Amino acid sequence: MANYQYDLVIVGGGPGGMAAAIYGARSKISTVVIEKNRPGGQIATTEEWENYPGVPHTSGPEEMKGWVKHAEKFGAEFVKDEIVNIIDKGDTKVVVGKQHTFEAKVVVVSVGAEPRVLGVPGEREFRGKGVSYCATCDADFFTELDVVVVGSGDQAIEEGMYLTKFAESVTVIVLHDEGTLDCTPVLKERAFHNPKMKWVWNSTVNAIKGDGIVDTVEVKNIKTGQVSSLEANGVFFFVGMVPQTGWLKDIIALDNRGYIIANELCETNVDGIYAVGDARQKFLRQVVTAAADGAIAATAAEKFIHEEEGFREMVLDQEIPVVVSFWNPTKPATMDLNTRLEAMMEAYKGQVKFVKIDTYRNLRISRKCDVKDIPTVVFYNKGAMVDRIDVNVEVEAVEAKVKALLS
Amino acid sequence: MIELNKDNFDAEVREVQGPVLVDFWSPKCDPCMALLPSVEQLAVELEGKVKFCKVNALENRRLCIKEKVLGLPTIQIYNHGEKVVELTKDDATEANIRAELAKF
Repeated sequence: MANYQYDLVIVGGGPGGMAAAIYGARSKISTVVIEKNRPGGQIATTEEWENYPGVPHTSGPEEMKGWVKHAEKFGAEFVKDEIVNIIDKGDTKVVVGKQHTFEAKVVVVSVGAEPRVLGVPGEREFRGKGVSYCATCDADFFTELDVVVVGSGDQAIEEGMYLTKFAESVTVIVLHDEGTLDCTPVLKERAFHNPKMKWVWNSTVNAIKGDGIVDTVEVKNIKTGQVSSLEANGVFFFVGMVPQTGWLKDIIALDNRGYIIANELCETNVDGIYAVGDARQKFLRQVVTAAADGAIAATAAEKFIHEEEGFREMVLDQEIPVVVSFWNPTKPATMDLNTRLEAMMEAYKGQVKFVKIDTYRNLRISRKCDVKDIPTVVFYNKGAMVDRIDVNVEVEAVEAKVKALLS
Repeated sequence: MIELNKDNFDAEVREVQGPVLVDFWSPKCDPCMALLPSVEQLAVELEGKVKFCKVNALENRRLCIKEKVLGLPTIQIYNHGEKVVELTKDDATEANIRAELAKF
């Protein structure tokens, strides 16, 4: 038995989940965000944030507090728990946490990604002793000390420049030839002009050494094979992210790198489970794209709930047979057919119910009934589809099937 | 929770009989801020059994480096003045802390 029941359960409180919460709660469906830490996601560990449209410069933790307030304003709730399973029961999903269980009509998976561990000797041993993946967490320790940054993507260079506000020097270990970085040109230009930034090219970290805390970083030149030592007290790894989807592998479809496969509507392969943000396959992983996903998923989820509930009430839960006519206003012939069908169905009032479904406003149901073109008439009896007529719909043929259903 | 600094660390931690938990945190560290309420809750639950202390790393950088703490969040557990457990970063979770403290 579930502890809680909601229309929309959002797993993960990063920007994607929070945007879904804002859109979901604002459309008046009951919404909860479940986050194992504090809401905010990866961006809450970034102090310098300057690429969200309309927000030229802000700090991650501060900005995300505003997102929480925004979601709460419309009635979204936040619960601290770590989700370990989602059980698909068809009409409902049971979202299982370590402390609570949530029953949901729709689930949005917004689990994000975490920093990739390179796995070099000493990396694990010196975690919290100089090895870090979070500049805002640990930068203060390295005031007037020398640090190393591994990686050359946007995150590596942005966080590296943030570290120059504290450290004496920031040496960046770059895999590529001199002058080549993976980050965007504007960051590259700024970084090359920063006197505290130093560069080691064509290289990778070989090992991290120290006595209790880090004091040496061994660097290997991948072209010459030569190994050299750098004196440093901090090593910050920014070598990409991995999606936090291990627990989802038997629940929804993932690609071979662990990213969730979802379509343009953020739908996964399981009906009623949506995926947003950095954990899904996509071209660009940014706050702005995660937020866009969240808006799409919550809107799709809201439609899902209303369409499903409407269809259940009008068609599936009926005691008598139901004739469903799929139509839409762009095809006047389908409207004309409805008028004639309605007239014919008058004779069966009380014995057979007649329902019209606009395919434009009910994409899901139309797809679920496999409506490829209109008009299409589908016959239901006691919640199950029992017959259908596709495209060439004649009133006489429908009446014949109605009679057959009643005999 | 007792606020520690370089002047009282030894007296409040190393010279104490029985278990002492030290939470190294900073207001700039988001995971620390996420963890701190759970630790404060534990402090209430285990009052009289375990002594709970915290170190604001931002104001006590030298003390942190002396205690070889260069990353946050870090939770240290001492027993009879000896450090017996250290949980850092992803390992510094409420569940892990509970599990370690249950051993006393």
